[in-house]
Amino acid sequence: MLNIQGLSVAYEQNGVLLPAVRDFSLSLAKGQTYGLVGESGSGKTTVAMAILGYLRGEGRITGGRIEFEGRNLLTLPQSERIKVLGKSIALVPQDPMSSLNPSMRVGAQIAEGLRYQLALPKEQATRRTLELLELVRVPDPSRVARSYPHEISGGMQQRALIAMALGVEPELIILDEPTTSLDVTTQAAVLDLLRSLIHDKNTAALYITHNLGVVAQLCDRVAVLYASELVEDGETQALFQNPLHPYTKGLLDSVPRLGQNKSGYELPAIPGRIPALTERPPGCCVFAPRCPVAIERCFSERPILESAMGDGQIRCHRWPEIASGEISHAVKETFAPVKARTSTMGEGDVLDIQGLRVEYLVSRSITDAITNAILGRPTRTVKAVDEVNLSIRPGHTLGLVGESGSGKTTLARTIVGLVERTDGVVTMTGLPLPSRLSERDINTLRQIQFIFQNPEEALNPYLTIGETLQRPFITIGGKSRAEAREGARRMLEAVGLPVDYLGRLPGRLSGGEKQRIAIARAFATNPDLLIVDEPVSSLDVSVQAAVLNLMERLQTENGSAMLFISHDLAVVGYLADRIAVMYAGQIVEICSAETLSEFPHHPYTEALLHAVPGIAPQPLGQTIRLQGDVPSQIDVPSGCRFHPRCPRFLGQVCVDVMPPHQQMEDGNWIACHIPPKELQQAQERSYRGGGVE
Amino acid sequence: MVAYVLRRLAFLGLTIIITSLVIFIVTQMLPGDVARVVLGREAGDEALAAFREAHGLNDPLPVQYTRWLANFVMGEWGTSLSTRSEIYPLVMERLKNSLLLTGITMLIAAPLATVLGVLAGLHEDKPTDSAISIASLAVVGLPEFVTGLILIQIFSRWLGWLPPNSLIESGATFAEKWPMLILPAMTATLVLLAYIIRLTRAGVIEELGRPYVRTATLKGLPRHTVIMKHVLRNALLPTITVIAISFGWLISGLIVIENVFNYPGLGRLLTFAIDRRDLPLIQAVAMVTVVGFGLANLIADLLYAWLNPRIRLSY
Repeated sequence: MLNIQGLSVAYEQNGVLLPAVRDFSLSLAKGQTYGLVGESGSGKTTVAMAILGYLRGEGRITGGRIEFEGRNLLTLPQSERIKVLGKSIALVPQDPMSSLNPSMRVGAQIAEGLRYQLALPKEQATRRTLELLELVRVPDPSRVARSYPHEISGGMQQRALIAMALGVEPELIILDEPTTSLDVTTQAAVLDLLRSLIHDKNTAALYITHNLGVVAQLCDRVAVLYASELVEDGETQALFQNPLHPYTKGLLDSVPRLGQNKSGYELPAIPGRIPALTERPPGCCVFAPRCPVAIERCFSERPILESAMGDGQIRCHRWPEIASGEISHAVKETFAPVKARTSTMGEGDVLDIQGLRVEYLVSRSITDAITNAILGRPTRTVKAVDEVNLSIRPGHTLGLVGESGSGKTTLARTIVGLVERTDGVVTMTGLPLPSRLSERDINTLRQIQFIFQNPEEALNPYLTIGETLQRPFITIGGKSRAEAREGARRMLEAVGLPVDYLGRLPGRLSGGEKQRIAIARAFATNPDLLIVDEPVSSLDVSVQAAVLNLMERLQTENGSAMLFISHDLAVVGYLADRIAVMYAGQIVEICSAETLSEFPHHPYTEALLHAVPGIAPQPLGQTIRLQGDVPSQIDVPSGCRFHPRCPRFLGQVCVDVMPPHQQMEDGNWIACHIPPKELQQAQERSYRGGGVE
Repeated sequence: MVAYVLRRLAFLGLTIIITSLVIFIVTQMLPGDVARVVLGREAGDEALAAFREAHGLNDPLPVQYTRWLANFVMGEWGTSLSTRSEIYPLVMERLKNSLLLTGITMLIAAPLATVLGVLAGLHEDKPTDSAISIASLAVVGLPEFVTGLILIQIFSRWLGWLPPNSLIESGATFAEKWPMLILPAMTATLVLLAYIIRLTRAGVIEELGRPYVRTATLKGLPRHTVIMKHVLRNALLPTITVIAISFGWLISGLIVIENVFNYPGLGRLLTFAIDRRDLPLIQAVAMVTVVGFGLANLIADLLYAWLNPRIRLSY
């Protein structure tokens, strides 16, 4: 139905055409779900936009054809093309919030397409809109239809966009990272929805993503793109079990899976980074510089796309040797392997938090106070963190997981000193830790360092890398200029970057390199505790493993403890020694990383585990999906805060009584009314089959 | 929305109180004794003391300030030192003239600038855009009195269509007034035009690049529907705000233009008062300006909130 032949797209930059997609072919049959996997810069979104005719200003198609039901879309006049687009090909975009018009009601935006494309009269379009919202499992369709986009959650916005796409009953849906900006639990629910809708309607789908787990869950076939080239293509199961291309292999291996932990498994990282558009010479294999099995031929001759293994295709000179098992294309670790950890490193805790609360007023200005006084409204407080107890041992890593809005970032910022605490005692290496940053002495500042989520914003764009790295030595270490320069050079080497980077500005570095600088800066003061907030979530998949390994290695060398925040259970499970699960401002469970894939767990943790899209086939049984959203931090639910969404809700006791902390083996505990034994039985049953009562 | 209105009103109230305080202090601190200024050089010490006693000039400053503010609120603005007449009716008449000129300017400038700005934005970097942008920049580069003189040269000297000055008598009918309003309004329009055009153009370009425009386009909607229903609804929000704020600025900010055309508005009254060191008159005009400016800002905020559901619904 959709047939792309030899598609090439280039972006014009300073008068030069830079190829973003080279010679790309793909054919999609009716009812088929095709995954298009690649990192940022691979060209996957460019392919989608070429099909939709929505390339950015400088983008242009330099060759090939895109046939849709026998007609070449590229030669169709614009007016014809618009008709095909609105009616037969629909897009579900990446960022639901910005993809909806902020000043138009959601219902009107869905109805608009129906009225225009299907020529439905107003009442009928409204009725159909409500039906569609019901179809995408929106709980209260008429309320959502009347809402503006900002009034509904990200998950609901994405459902509205799916409803919009399905409304005209298209033959092809293009899904461009539709769940990337959503929480894991919401992602799981949206994926379920897409799977059943695509199946029921027998719609063809092109699913673009960087998340291999999502592809494994949803797609029949998958095409892997790397640096403008299609490198491998095949049946999903076959390709994931037996990848032939070294890039596919590296990608699959470098993503930690649930149950893997650093103590028993070493994460192989692909060295280097994806080349920029300007660094992709035509006459060679684009992956050769990063490839573990590259030979001379790979640098001098571009491999062609060949048929291999059933109906798959591969672009690699060495695939016959790989297929026959003569050579191994597994990526070798580039860093020294992580040493086995000693269970006790030093005595006592690095950080101890008791009864921490962080609250702040919703409205803080004088005019707000006046208004509230006139209207007789109470001043509302946000309870971001409530009664949290935590401790971290020297050299250990505590993982902190939870959905957005659970308070994990506020907790981290409180420890760093960027947010003031309302109540509670925090001790750092036995001494009380002042709440305000300004009250902390220089040694305390040295002790606690941080690495933030987005390296693009964490580095001052006007300071060279050398200046950035020298600063901690001078301001905190009290070193001389010469010593600081030497220190900066040492740190740069420690994070595996060449010395000539010292004179560069951050703008010339890739995301992964910037994050390495941020890591080097944090380790420069030899901190006792490192606060790390989602350090790899903004990085390309193929460089994530290298960054995780780097942090792990430096941590072992320095003996620093780490608070590692992430929404990704698999990553946390891999890197942490112990895991704290946070929900609505409270810790609901603490468990050791080794027992993450065993039961019992708090029902919320259980739901998070069920939500992780695994590359391996999912365990049989009833998967658990959470309804609704994390509650607002202003009106927190009574009793157990999780009770409105809990799939294992007991009854009135959950509504009225705060759950006790039930101690289990290994110092694990859960905050739940259900006895651990009962939880264990029920959870093991539902994870392996049997279903939830 | 009620809470939002209250919040902005509280904000306006605070602003006016603070600026009134500034006006009061500054005029108090000006060199020279008020009693001496009013009574003249030859006044004896007794007369001066009596004057100070009668006008409360010996009271502590907070008392004087409160009394001054209360009098202002009740419309008792005192007598002008230079014309010896009541200030309130004088300022009100000038305010009416200023509002009239501002209104007419807005009627010309707002639609013209918006349309030109939208056109420029829709044709980013194309000849239409370049022509509009360059022309509007060239016009704004000229000082107002130059544009004013050029317009007088063309429309009254050469063509003879409009009077070169705008000496409006009090009690004149609108039919008598309107020919005198056109040239000053055109001059003010030219001043405003470039700013609003640039802002609108930037707004349109920014909104065109947003993902929701792609969503709308891929629904298969025709381009003009996408622009009218989706792009402009959001792109014009800042433009509307700026137009409302300009209203406040025009009421008092046309000092140069009013002088070029001899237009009897607040701006000219202010220059007149400053020339003659007429303190009560300066205070009154300054306060009216502050209130006008504050109100224009309030209206701008409320309009923005009303048109923008993200703000309207969050209060």
